[in-house]
Amino acid sequence: MKYVDEYREEASARKMAGLINKTVKNPWTVMEICGGQTHTLLRSGIDQMLPELVTLVHGPGCPVCVTPLEMIDRAIAIAQRPGTIFVSFGDMMRVPGSRMDLLSVKARGGDVRMVYSPLDAVKMAAEHPDREVVFFAVGFETTAPANATAVYEAKRLGLSNFSILCSHVLVPPAMEAILSSPDNRVQGFLAAGHVCTVMGYREYEPIAEKYRIPVVVTGFEPLDLLHGLQMALTALEEGRHGVENQYTRSVTRDGNLPAQKILAEVFEVCDRPWRGIGVIPKSGYRLREEYAAFDASRRFDVEGITAEEPKVCIAGAILQGLKKPGECPAFGRECTPEHPLGAPMVSSEGACSAYYQYRRS
Amino acid sequence: MSDDLGDKLAAGTCPIPISDYPTILMAHGGGGRLTQMLVDKLFVPAFDNPALKELHDGAVLEVGGSRIAFSTDSFVIHPLFFPGGDIGSLSVHGTVNDLAMCGARPMALSVGLIVEEGLPIDDLWRIVRSMEAAAKASGVSIVTGDTKVVDRGKGDGLFINVSGIGLVPPGVVISPRRARPGDRVLVSGPIAVHGVAILSVREGLRFETTLKTDSAPLNGMVEALLAAAGDAVHVLRDPTRGGVATTLNEIARQGNVGIRLEETAIPVDEEVRGACEILGLDPLYVANEGKCLVLVDPASADAALAVLRAHPLGVRAAMIGEVTGDHPGKVFLKSRIGGQRMLDLLTGEQLPRIC
Repeated sequence: MKYVDEYREEASARKMAGLINKTVKNPWTVMEICGGQTHTLLRSGIDQMLPELVTLVHGPGCPVCVTPLEMIDRAIAIAQRPGTIFVSFGDMMRVPGSRMDLLSVKARGGDVRMVYSPLDAVKMAAEHPDREVVFFAVGFETTAPANATAVYEAKRLGLSNFSILCSHVLVPPAMEAILSSPDNRVQGFLAAGHVCTVMGYREYEPIAEKYRIPVVVTGFEPLDLLHGLQMALTALEEGRHGVENQYTRSVTRDGNLPAQKILAEVFEVCDRPWRGIGVIPKSGYRLREEYAAFDASRRFDVEGITAEEPKVCIAGAILQGLKKPGECPAFGRECTPEHPLGAPMVSSEGACSAYYQYRRS
Repeated sequence: MSDDLGDKLAAGTCPIPISDYPTILMAHGGGGRLTQMLVDKLFVPAFDNPALKELHDGAVLEVGGSRIAFSTDSFVIHPLFFPGGDIGSLSVHGTVNDLAMCGARPMALSVGLIVEEGLPIDDLWRIVRSMEAAAKASGVSIVTGDTKVVDRGKGDGLFINVSGIGLVPPGVVISPRRARPGDRVLVSGPIAVHGVAILSVREGLRFETTLKTDSAPLNGMVEALLAAAGDAVHVLRDPTRGGVATTLNEIARQGNVGIRLEETAIPVDEEVRGACEILGLDPLYVANEGKCLVLVDPASADAALAVLRAHPLGVRAAMIGEVTGDHPGKVFLKSRIGGQRMLDLLTGEQLPRIC
């Protein structure tokens, strides 16, 4: 497949891995932000091609993993309401709330539907004026513009039966939270290429400056990741910091301006709790007051629902790169994809599920 | 069977802890881990007998000195008509192929129809005609049947069950237990075609493609293969629900062997790969309806591959891996860039990712 195969080619991958091996003289810990990158690393076996001096830790960029338990309980409460059509992206369906997941709501007769595009949920609302259609708006800056567009479109169409349960999160504040932790191990970042496709990478420049670390905006194919690692490790060896862009075929410094415009129109930045990590200031989006009518948590009065995480799960430490999945006593024992104790084991992008799927010996 | 399980069965209580999943989920039918749990914990202990324990696509029974293969399959596909086929032809091919995967020559089929009130008679007629054509092309007869009608809203238009019997020729023994380290793994053509063709016409997901289902009767090709390679053919399986990865996991587990695949050797059409990339699916877990996996003795592997390629349904057959003695029960894949990873069973259905 053109523009994909080129980035999955063995000879080039070996060459790049060889270059990394030649570059690295000191031990370094690098974090890839995005769960999609974590999976590519493990799926294609890049972790096995790197020198032992390099430690990869896996970041919080898995939207399913960081969505708080109470938000999932709220989603389930709404989905169980008679007459509601609850609409979600696929991989939120299996994430366990305190007592069940959305697939179980569906199995018990709830109308829970999966879509690829939030605009399909708007279409459902237009087709079913007698039903409440609620879309579970989760994800980082990547999915936010499409979700903002859905709300904008619903307002334009005058749909009073459409709303979103909003749990959007932002990457840069999470990076700062990790870097400012006293236990931080991360010395360099691979920034998430698709988040930066939308937002550009200007906002990473002050972070790289403040913490004096290299940040390399990196794509998702195996060669992208090897190249991104090579750039980050070279910068570390040479004692340089700052933002570099590996993913030039998709990312510019300014990003996608129309997408940013619709984000600013519909959303405003707010404090948000992250599953396993806690509240990070100014780390999420909520609907602006002008769009408050589309806020499902207000419409269905679910803001009072709270939940507590299972104590044994160390998702917080995993998502901040403080621990690796294998270091969790529950990994592969009490906690498996069939019986996940925490979200990183559920999501197709979660670090624990990646280790369980690809590296369980 | 553990005593605990025996006690539970004797007491008539369900052997699956109620806390796991108190109700059936779609994933229980997805072919992955939850399906396996139903088979292992409910069906096998409940129906306990040697023929069932083989856990093959069909059972092989000794009847008056002959060996009869017996198989059944139910079809619940939506939509009923799709590019390149319909539920009728699919159901006939499905059971014919299950019999062929036992090494049998399919002989006769039964058809059970569960029809939802409101199904246009014309649709039923088209499906019945399609079943007849598929049976004829497969060289089998539909010899008995049954029809039930359920209230509107209680069925998805039409459900079909097809059971069948076939004769296993003397000397042919096909079983995952015959998988041996060194055996080569062959696939009869490009994978994941059926699953992607069906997705392309699903409500809410329609996309333009020229893909058609690969649904086809494999008994002719299997017969040619067995005639040429005979006893060297150890295992046959059609990788339907759950795809190549799930089927090879089942073989590895049942045969207590490891399997190693080469990602670059596995044939996947461009269009299928593209659709899977966009939809966030792994073609190794997507269904096929006209492909088979062959585990064959290494000495006969090239000859077997040549026989497959000489058949119209196996023109693009390929050798994709081999059976190993290490890591029994597991499947590993050498990735495109040279790394290695485990190819696990899926927990549930493949779910599209958020981003």
